[in-house]
Amino acid sequence: MDKTITFKIDGVDVKGCPGQTIMEAADKAGVYIPRLCYMKDLTPHGSCRVCTVKVDGRAQAACTQPIAEGVEVENNTDELNEKRRNIIDMFFVEGNHFCMFCEKSGNCELQAVAYRLGICAPKYPFQFPDRSLDATHPDIFIDRNRCILCGRCVNASRDVDGKSVFEFVGRGANKKIAVNSDTLAGTNMSVTDKAANVCPVGAIIKKRVGFAVPIGKRLYDTQPIGSDIEVTKS
Amino acid sequence: MSEKLFQIIKKACESCGNDRARLMDIVIAVQKNCGAVTIDAMELIAKQVKVQRVDVESVVSFYSFLSKEEKGKIVIRICNDVVDLMKGADNIAKAFSETLGIKVGQTSADGTISLEYTPCIGLSDQAPAILVNEVAITNLSVDKAKSISKALLSGASPESLTKEFGDGNNSDELVRSMVKNNIVKKGSVIFVERVAEAGLKKAITLKPEDVISIIKSSKLRGRGGAGFPTGMKWEFTRAAKGNKKYVVCNADEGEPGTFKDRVLLTEKFDMLCEGMAIGGYCIGSDSGIIYLRGEYSYLKAFLENKLSKRKKASLLGKSICGKNGFNFDIRIQIGAGAYICGEETALISSCEGLRGDPKTRPPFPAQKGYLASPTTVNNVETFCSVARIIEKDAAWYSVIGTKGSTGTKILSVSGDCSKPGIYEYDFGVKVSDMLKDAGAKDTKAVLIGGPSGQLIGKKDFGRIICYDDLATGGSIVIFNSSRNILEIVKSYLEFFVEESCGYCTPCRTGNVLLLNKIEEILEGKGEPSDIKYLEDLCSTVKVTSRCGLGQTSPNPVTSSIRNFREVYEAVLKTNEDGRQPTFDIKASLEVAEALQGRKSVIY
Ligand SMILES: Cc1cc2nc3c(=O)[nH]c(=O)nc-3n(C[C@H](O)[C@H](O)[C@H](O)COP(=O)(O)O)c2cc1C
Ligand code: SF4
Ligand code: SF4
Ligand code: FES
Repeated sequence: MDKTITFKIDGVDVKGCPGQTIMEAADKAGVYIPRLCYMKDLTPHGSCRVCTVKVDGRAQAACTQPIAEGVEVENNTDELNEKRRNIIDMFFVEGNHFCMFCEKSGNCELQAVAYRLGICAPKYPFQFPDRSLDATHPDIFIDRNRCILCGRCVNASRDVDGKSVFEFVGRGANKKIAVNSDTLAGTNMSVTDKAANVCPVGAIIKKRVGFAVPIGKRLYDTQPIGSDIEVTKS
Repeated sequence: MSEKLFQIIKKACESCGNDRARLMDIVIAVQKNCGAVTIDAMELIAKQVKVQRVDVESVVSFYSFLSKEEKGKIVIRICNDVVDLMKGADNIAKAFSETLGIKVGQTSADGTISLEYTPCIGLSDQAPAILVNEVAITNLSVDKAKSISKALLSGASPESLTKEFGDGNNSDELVRSMVKNNIVKKGSVIFVERVAEAGLKKAITLKPEDVISIIKSSKLRGRGGAGFPTGMKWEFTRAAKGNKKYVVCNADEGEPGTFKDRVLLTEKFDMLCEGMAIGGYCIGSDSGIIYLRGEYSYLKAFLENKLSKRKKASLLGKSICGKNGFNFDIRIQIGAGAYICGEETALISSCEGLRGDPKTRPPFPAQKGYLASPTTVNNVETFCSVARIIEKDAAWYSVIGTKGSTGTKILSVSGDCSKPGIYEYDFGVKVSDMLKDAGAKDTKAVLIGGPSGQLIGKKDFGRIICYDDLATGGSIVIFNSSRNILEIVKSYLEFFVEESCGYCTPCRTGNVLLLNKIEEILEGKGEPSDIKYLEDLCSTVKVTSRCGLGQTSPNPVTSSIRNFREVYEAVLKTNEDGRQPTFDIKASLEVAEALQGRKSVIY
């Protein structure tokens, strides 16, 4: 289809094609919408809600909401950024995130979005949940303390690897990521799987590569998250 | 792995055609037969229906009536809804706990009895109430709790606990329940004497489009809470592309304080089926599903019998009422204890044998619903109303009620009043008139629409029940001046924390944080800035949550701050000595004092 859809993000015209989501069209246009669970080429999960924008005044998740002709999208507003900070805060307090000794530090999307939105310390009380680790697999470990329930590993394993190694169990605050066996070692997970390469935080970690990149040279040490999108203005 | 388990699972799976979409029925059957769906059972089920074990675990771990660990042969579920707590549910729990010798949440050592709490079971008008397996026991007292415990300990069956039967079909031999209907006020649409099937018989003489137009001009809006125009929903579903379409009835009735759908299922089931068949005729569907909440399992055999009677009478099945080509059948999908499954896309997930997670919208169910086919989901009362609208006509119907809210609304009234029960009012009834009818005295607050609605105070008792003023799916809970507003807010937040599906961040964690703060305030650790903290948090949860649960769960907080601000202000400590008012230096020193082995000399 070659029909173009034109709409506005924060007052600026953005073009896209039918079937695209606001997130996809914005990325193409070089407009960064903060996000956490979304990852290009995976089925959008729509769970973190960090990408919440207002479409003609109505709150919607940019990663799942299709674009529509003539709509006005609010993105970079004080109101929305405040709510995004609150959601990010919730992530920090609902899990156990000790950035100072986490091997994902500097390459972590949660940490990077927090910095980009100007968070230094969370304002909500820490919940300090009791969460388990799984280091049984020879090449990969899972640290549920850091999991943000983004669903990337679930979708990647099911849709890309064709394995369904991961699924969520429990509900509400007890929801957690589970594997298709008693331990990860009991599954057919391999370090080359897509699922081993999608985790935005330090919850699925490859063994023996931690801290390989020195501080100062890590992914988000030199520029804030989203910069890659903002330079690809087309 | 025992051969017996294998046989049970094989039978459960085969009776569902080894269809993964019927996973709910399979796991419920296994739970019922084995007291648990163990990891071994999950493994076997997964093989049988060709999914991964973790897929089965994902489903089992979602529903509160299913468990990986073995439960007692008898599970006592004590309803700890706000109304039940007001009527002494705590003492009932204590009585059970003491007599049975187990705490709530435990199973007796011999594996016979488990004791649990459960949210509203749809019996608020006869609280305190419990479920013993599928048997509902109402109007409990401490003495009755003790004698029930003793009977169960000496081997009595749950069924034998029912000594006398309730009115109407509650005494039907397939129900045999002590539950009462408590229909206090009958209206002109639903609780009326009418010619059975008149709506259906008339509908099939018209073109489906014309039936939809009648519903559109009647201005009927959905009775499940959201109030979407039914005619429009059916028009969309009819227009959507798809060979197979579905009519789904939402009988999940989970909103605390609602029980009108239970009474409709008990007394007006044929009217409901009539409405669903009309729905099938309108949208071009031959399949209906009734999603019945697990708490109402005691009605299942009765309802299934009714369905087979309808089939024999040619009111379901092939060529309904002799109309060639009009085929429509209904199956019942039972739930397993999850409030979120009342949300229409979560309900569809559950019908598909998945966790009760809401789905991403768009696409909406009218485009892609059950098994990706166009689906209309409607409330029990909506379908009943349709039957009556088609029987009479749109002009007759649309003069009942108010301009924007036509027809009648069935309210489930409970709490501090002398006549709790079912009230069918024309839309537009004043809250104060309703309170008078219900025999409510000394009323301080009324919860309109359950915890996801709003808590109003005296100044609003002159307002009316309708979509444009005080909208409600039917739950009305009355509180007199002896009740503590903050305790009520806390209980409802506990409910939402328990029932959030956990998919999205603001609802999963935001509700926990709201509860934390209200608890702190109740403990006397609140400070003036907490009101703004709560308001900001509520706004984040409401605006950014993925579905209606999170979008409304902060309502007990926001509406109580709006209408009962004084109860907050009375307990929020102001800063007097320059120290943060909630900072308790003595408590903070406890750990250090314990380590030092001496008391602080300064404090
Ligand atoms: C958390 C939640 C729970 C709900 N529970 C119910 C319910 O128990 N019964 C119901 O009919 N609708 C319930 N709804 C509304 C349904 O999503 C849906 O709007 C309704 O079934 C549509 O039917 P109607 O148009 O006839 O009202 C619930 C919605 C939410 C967000
Ligand atoms: S383990 Fe990582 S990828 Fe998987 S859900 Fe958790 S945060 Fe997301
Ligand atoms: S708002 Fe989010 S977490 Fe809450 S029930 Fe809906 S989808 Fe689940
Ligand atoms: S990025 Fe859209 S909800 Fe997470």
